[in-house]
Amino acid sequence: MIAIFKNTRRALPALVAPLLALALALPAQAEVAFKSITSPGGIEAWMVEDYTVPIVTIGFAFEGGAAQDPTDKVGLATLMSSLFDEGAGDLDSDAFQIKLDEAGLEMGFSANFDYFAGFARMLTDQKDDATNLLALAVNEPRFDQSAIDRMRDQILAGLAARKQDPGYAAGRLWNETLFGNHPYARPLEGTEASLKTITADDLRQFHKDIFARKTLKVGIVGALDEAAAGKMIDAIFSKLPAEPKLAEIPPAPLSFGQEVAVDYPLPQTSINLAYPGVVETDPDYFPAFVMTEMLAGGSLLSELNVEVREKRGLSYGVSGGLVNLAEAEALTIGTSTRPDQANEAIEVMRTTLAKMAADGPDPAALERTKRYLVGAYPINQLRSSVAIATTMVSQQIEGLPLDYVVERQQSIEAVTAEQVQAVAKRIFEAEPSVLIVGPGAKEEDAAK
Amino acid sequence: MHRPMIALVAALFTALPVAAEETPLPTVSHFMLENGLELVVIPDRRAPVVTHMVWYRTGAADDPAGQSGVAHFLEHLMFKGTAKYPAGTLESKVNELGGETNAFTNADVTVYFQTVPPDALAEMMDIEADRMRNLVLAPEVIDSERAVVLDERRQRVDSQPRTILSEAVNATLYQNHPYRIPVIGWEHEIETLSREDALAFYDRFYAPNNALVIVAGDVDAEAVKAMAETTYGKVERGPDLPPRHRPEEPAATTSRTVTLEDARVSLPNFARSWLVPSYRQAENGEAEALDVLSAILSDGPQSRLYQALVVKTGMAAQVGAAYGGSALDDGTFTLYGVPRPGNTLDDLEKAVATEVDELIANGISEAELERVKTRFIRSTIFAQDDQSAMAQTYGTWLTTERSVEDVALWPDRIRAVTPEQVKAVAVKYLRPAVAVTGYLLPPAAETKP
Repeated sequence: MIAIFKNTRRALPALVAPLLALALALPAQAEVAFKSITSPGGIEAWMVEDYTVPIVTIGFAFEGGAAQDPTDKVGLATLMSSLFDEGAGDLDSDAFQIKLDEAGLEMGFSANFDYFAGFARMLTDQKDDATNLLALAVNEPRFDQSAIDRMRDQILAGLAARKQDPGYAAGRLWNETLFGNHPYARPLEGTEASLKTITADDLRQFHKDIFARKTLKVGIVGALDEAAAGKMIDAIFSKLPAEPKLAEIPPAPLSFGQEVAVDYPLPQTSINLAYPGVVETDPDYFPAFVMTEMLAGGSLLSELNVEVREKRGLSYGVSGGLVNLAEAEALTIGTSTRPDQANEAIEVMRTTLAKMAADGPDPAALERTKRYLVGAYPINQLRSSVAIATTMVSQQIEGLPLDYVVERQQSIEAVTAEQVQAVAKRIFEAEPSVLIVGPGAKEEDAAK
Repeated sequence: MHRPMIALVAALFTALPVAAEETPLPTVSHFMLENGLELVVIPDRRAPVVTHMVWYRTGAADDPAGQSGVAHFLEHLMFKGTAKYPAGTLESKVNELGGETNAFTNADVTVYFQTVPPDALAEMMDIEADRMRNLVLAPEVIDSERAVVLDERRQRVDSQPRTILSEAVNATLYQNHPYRIPVIGWEHEIETLSREDALAFYDRFYAPNNALVIVAGDVDAEAVKAMAETTYGKVERGPDLPPRHRPEEPAATTSRTVTLEDARVSLPNFARSWLVPSYRQAENGEAEALDVLSAILSDGPQSRLYQALVVKTGMAAQVGAAYGGSALDDGTFTLYGVPRPGNTLDDLEKAVATEVDELIANGISEAELERVKTRFIRSTIFAQDDQSAMAQTYGTWLTTERSVEDVALWPDRIRAVTPEQVKAVAVKYLRPAVAVTGYLLPPAAETKP
């Protein structure tokens, strides 16, 4: 599903979910403190030194993801992300994969619209071999034709498999409706036509343009000291070019008030609503963040879950969240219900949203939600090395300070009922875009 | 699943039993309270977080005949509150702490869990201990929760051809054991589940002597034990439950196929399965050998099926193998594939069979065996990075008659697997004459690729 708006909070890679969480380590207990280091080669990184388990985890990201794909080569970033264990330097695909296994290096690469990210972990006692291999993959990926063809064929097979899937088609239509001609409307994985035009030279050029020290963000966690971390960072990244070559991505004004209906004989009707979002630098951001969690957060206590699921048994659940891409923002809400109840479900959802704008939040629920958002930081962001490394990279991408957790807590605690009501008015007075997929789905239903 | 956060666990298709201990071992403590409640504490002092799980040794395979789905329905109803902690109290407390609470049901166990700051552990234990025996079910909550479960079923099963087929394959693969019945229940039986059915199940299975509590995180074992004694320790022991003997499978004598044609399918696929011993049942290292066999066939880009069918001939878009060995009763071994457009399903299925025949005829090399073993053992070290995964591992092992020591010994048992054993389990279990194959196809009128 390309629908970046479907089940937003989980579908979006953590690296772009900007403010979903940060933390407060309780002083009497275990504490995780980020520190900033600069490698001998002058590369800045954040790290956490921890010797509990003999492993090292590293996360990194470069600015420039799938939104950089040339118009006729959509899917380039995604295809590139599949090729880093397919040979590097003098090692062809087989040789590289055998070495990976021997060195105990696990690594993965991925692209979202705005960033190209990588992740690796290794055992401490094989750190040097693993670092050398990771460096080779980052600096000298081979992009051999046989590997390109194989990976492209797998993506094409995935597209072929979804050709008749109404969910996939609906997701495409939804993104095109919302984003129009903007790169965010395009499928991350590309299309049959665009994938076929991608050459090894395109991939080499893209790698050269994106993998640059200037926009690199690194987070390292594990059983190593600052000196060892600095050495590792230099080994992996110091030979990359200094400056990236990035195309300017324009802001993406979303289209609201659009109705999309896909009529298909399914046992359930799925409903997605998209409202205008709030950019992170807007003074309304934290009120909107708190309000969205109150309305559509993961808890069964969220207003929409209470109204739709708990009181009326209309659905297994309602979920939603703020989406903040580099050039677009939205507030999205989704659910599934029995087809004959779809209109009722939409009605209940819209009434609940309107009530937030008309009456403001319940004060007790507001306080509880604020406490949830403050407390969720250590639980979600510090629970494993992978989570910590990802958090450190995200915070650097957002330009947030090392101790952002403190500022974040203050911002959440300062949110008032009046601010929440005001932002609810601002957002829910707009006519949302609505996507309905199910038997007999009609645009008029969405328009109610 | 109480609410949509993580997948409903089908015991039959759970992944490899990764995560065991390798050096350095965290000191895992294991206690038994006087009322028969078992307690495991796994320290992980890195962050101020604790995972608390209660595992009841009962699941969907214990649903009475005609009441499929009752274990899972009860799991939903367990959030309706007690006199001491009315509905919403647990969610509200956990929510205020920034934590998470949820539950899941599979064929063998029903599990409730919270992730919270360590300060809140005692209260979580008190709430779980209280709802172990003191659930209050107002008659008016039943209908709406049943409607939620029916929506859950429509969302998880009925909306996708893949899940509709896999339900039917399961019902064919298992001929007599209740694993043939879906965990969530058949729709027509869910519709008839009553408050009394749920309470009868609750009274029979929810007691301290049928529960395992796992605490993983920033805690001290002795302190946890003391908290457990003042909470769980106060719950009265229930009647002794009989041994968990479910109806057993007859010897398989036929090969069977299950086919679903659906307009949403444009690329066909197959999945061929066999019943094999689970870790609980296996003798002479057969479970470890099946894990190794599955990895040799399909773990990573150097695995046999990937190399032969994706890299060399290029006929497969996807291909793989999986051993599901974590169930209490019979496990499964599955081979599956999706042809690349332009190749037929039949050819791919034959090519996969040829790879298995080749492994049986010529065995595996010491070198490929060593690579797979190293990877399994490494995975146990990486697994220590994730406290919830550690809690999950111990919970699965200890509710399937395995011990804390078994978890620690798993790497040694993997090391002991020989090439002959791998070949032997392939010969013994992957017999075409008793395979069950599911086919997911485009509508017949369309031209198949």
